[in-house]
Amino acid sequence: MNPPVLGTVTNPEPEEIEFQFETASSWQLTWRRFRRHKLALVSLILLGFLYLVVLLADLLATADPTRIDASRAYLPPQPIHLRDDSGFNPHVHPVSGDWDHRIFRRVHHIDPRRRLPVRPLARGYEYEFLGLIPTDLHLIGVEGETQALSLLGTDGLGRDLFSRLIHGTRTSLTIGLAGVILSLVLGVVLGGISGFYGGAVDTVIQRVIEILLSIPTIPLWLGLAAAMPRDWGVLRVYFILTVILSLIGWTRLGREVRGRFLVLRQEDYVLAAELMGASRASVIRRHMVPAITSHVIATATLALPAMIIAETSLSFLGLGLRPPAISWGILLQGAQQVQVLALRPWLLAPAVPVIVSILAFNFVGDGLRDAADPYARRT
Amino acid sequence: MVAYLRRRLLQATLTIWAISIVSFVLIELPPGDFVTAYVDRRASQGIPLPAEEIQILRVRYGLDQPAAQRYLIWMGRLLRGDLGVSWIRGQPVSEIISDRLWLTMAVSLAAILLTWAVALPVGVYSAIRQYSAGDYLFTLLCFAGVGVPNFLLGLLVMYLGFVWFDADVGGLLSSQYVDAPWNAAKLWDLIKHLPLPALVLGLGGTAYMIRILRANLLDELSKPYVLTARAKGLSEIRLLLKYPLRVALNPFVSTAGYLLPYLVSGSVIVSMVMSLPTVAPVLLSALMDQDLYLAGTLVLLLGVLTVVGTLISDLLLLWIDPRIRFRGQS
Repeated sequence: MNPPVLGTVTNPEPEEIEFQFETASSWQLTWRRFRRHKLALVSLILLGFLYLVVLLADLLATADPTRIDASRAYLPPQPIHLRDDSGFNPHVHPVSGDWDHRIFRRVHHIDPRRRLPVRPLARGYEYEFLGLIPTDLHLIGVEGETQALSLLGTDGLGRDLFSRLIHGTRTSLTIGLAGVILSLVLGVVLGGISGFYGGAVDTVIQRVIEILLSIPTIPLWLGLAAAMPRDWGVLRVYFILTVILSLIGWTRLGREVRGRFLVLRQEDYVLAAELMGASRASVIRRHMVPAITSHVIATATLALPAMIIAETSLSFLGLGLRPPAISWGILLQGAQQVQVLALRPWLLAPAVPVIVSILAFNFVGDGLRDAADPYARRT
Repeated sequence: MVAYLRRRLLQATLTIWAISIVSFVLIELPPGDFVTAYVDRRASQGIPLPAEEIQILRVRYGLDQPAAQRYLIWMGRLLRGDLGVSWIRGQPVSEIISDRLWLTMAVSLAAILLTWAVALPVGVYSAIRQYSAGDYLFTLLCFAGVGVPNFLLGLLVMYLGFVWFDADVGGLLSSQYVDAPWNAAKLWDLIKHLPLPALVLGLGGTAYMIRILRANLLDELSKPYVLTARAKGLSEIRLLLKYPLRVALNPFVSTAGYLLPYLVSGSVIVSMVMSLPTVAPVLLSALMDQDLYLAGTLVLLLGVLTVVGTLISDLLLLWIDPRIRFRGQS
C-alpha cells in the first residue's frame, strides 16, 4: 500500500540529510495503482483509440458508408496491392459485378490491367470535420472516388463494411456512454437518498430495485422499444433508447452508491464534520461524494459493456436503432442468416469491435475498482 | 425462519403485481391500440372500415373502457386461469404458448444446470491449482465468456456448425418430432438438442460463477483454520470439502436468484438467433402487432416464472445456510 506521503532521501551526504516530501492526491495514488495493472492499462489505451475513431469517423472512413452500389454487392474484402512493375505504388483494381443466371449468384469481375492508386489524404465524399469544418479529405482512399476501396468487403447493398463499421462504432460507443451517464445520475441520486436518509424512503427504493432486478430485462426492453412509433427519426429513437436502457440499468449503480453511503455515514470524519456544524448538504458534497467518486466511476465502467450489449442486441432484433442509423447491432443484422453468412463470412466483422470493447471495458473497470480501494491488498 | 418465509412470499407477490402493471403499461404505451392498427391495415389494403364497425370492434375488445378498468378485467381473467385470446391470431393464448413456455423453461433450466456443473469443478480446480497452465486456460475461457454476448456466440456456433458439419445446429427438436405428441422418444430428442443452446446461453453466467468461486475459495484457503487442519494431518480432499468449499459455495447459491432473470432474458435473443421454438419469436411478433393479450401475458408469464424460480433458489439457500435459517429465531 502506498503511504500518502513519500519520504525520499535525495542527498546521501551524512551531514546534510535532507528529506524531500512528495505529496500525492488520492487521484494520483489511484492512477499509480491503476498503472500497475498492465491488462487494464492496455485496455484503457485501446478504448482511447476506439473513442478517437468515434471522433474522427469520417476522416478514417475509406468510402461513403451510406452509398448504395448494386454492382459491388457482397464484394469480398479487397486487398490493397502494395507494389506494381515500377515499384512501390499501392493500388486496387476496379471491380464490376453482374448477376450470373446459371449459378443464381452475383459474380464480380476484377480488372487487373487497370489500377486505382490508393493515396493518403485522398479526396472522397464530403463531410464536416468534427462537425465544424467542411472538407472531403480522408486518411486513405482512392482519389476522387467514394466507393472504390472496400477493405472489409461490402454488404448486400454494396455499401462499404469498413466505413460502416467505423460509423457504427461512433453510434454504439456513444449510446453506451450516454446510457451509463444517465444511469449514473439516477443511481447516484436515488442510491444516495436511499443510503443517506434510510428509513421508509430506503425501504421503498430498495424494493423498487429488487423488483427491477427480478424482471428479465430483454423482454422488458423489447416491450419498451416496440412502443416507439415506427415513424420516429433516427435522433429521437437514439435518445429514447438511451433513456430506456438507463431506466433499468441504474439499479446496480444505485445499490453500490447506497452501500457506500451506509458505510460512510458511520465514519468518524463524517460525525466530526456534523459535530462541527457543517450542514447536511456540505457534508455530502465536501466529504461523502469525493470518497465514493472513484468507486462510482469503476462501477459505471463495469456497467458500460451491459449497455453496449443491450443496444447491440435490441438493434440486432430490429427493435433498437433502425436504419438509416448505423450501429454494430444494425450491421450484425446483415449476418443474421447462417446461409448468407456461410458464403460471406466477412459480414461477421462487426463482432470483433463488440467483443474487444466489452473486454476492454471489463478490464479497465476491474483495474479501476482495485485501484480505487486504498485498503486493497496489493496483488 | 417463518418470519423470513413470510417476508419473502410477500415480496414475491408484490413483485408479481408490479410486473403485471409493467406488462399492462408496456402494451398501453404505444399510441393507438389494436383496433387502430387493424383499421390502418384495412385502409392500406383499400378496404376502409365504416365508423360503426370500428365502434363495434372497440366494444368487443373492451377498448371503450378506461385503462384501469381494462387492467382489472385482464387481471380478473388471468387469476381465473383464462389467458385470453390473441387478437391477431384468433387463437387462445394458452394454446399458442403452452409448449413454447415449457421449452423456454427447459432451455433456461438446462443452462443453469450446465452453469453449475461446469463452474463448480472448474472453479475449485482453478483455486487449488492457482497460476497453473489449466488455471490460465480457464481464465482465458472466462474472458471469452464475459466478452462475447450470447447472441454473438449463438451466431458463431451456427456458423461453425454450418461450415464444418454442413448442418443446421439450431432448433430444439428434429423435424419429425416438431408436431408429434409428447412421448419418450420426443423427450430424448429434446434432451439431445439441449446442450448446445444451454452452453451458448450459460457461458456468460458460467464465467462469472467460476470467477466468484475461485476468488472465494482462494480467500478461504489462506485462512488459519485451513493451515491448522493441514498441520493436524487431514487429507487434502477432506480438508477442501469439509469447510472451505462449503463457505465458498454460499454466494454461488445466492447469486442463482439473479442468474435466472439473466438467463430468461438471454434466452429470448438466443432463441431468435438459433431458431429455438421458445416464446421469444411469438413475443417479438406480438409486440410488433400490439397484441395485448399475447404480448402482455408473455411478459407477465416470463416475469412470474422468474420470480418463482428466484423464490425456489432462496428456499434452497435457506436449506443450505444455517445463518439465514436461525436468524429469524433469535
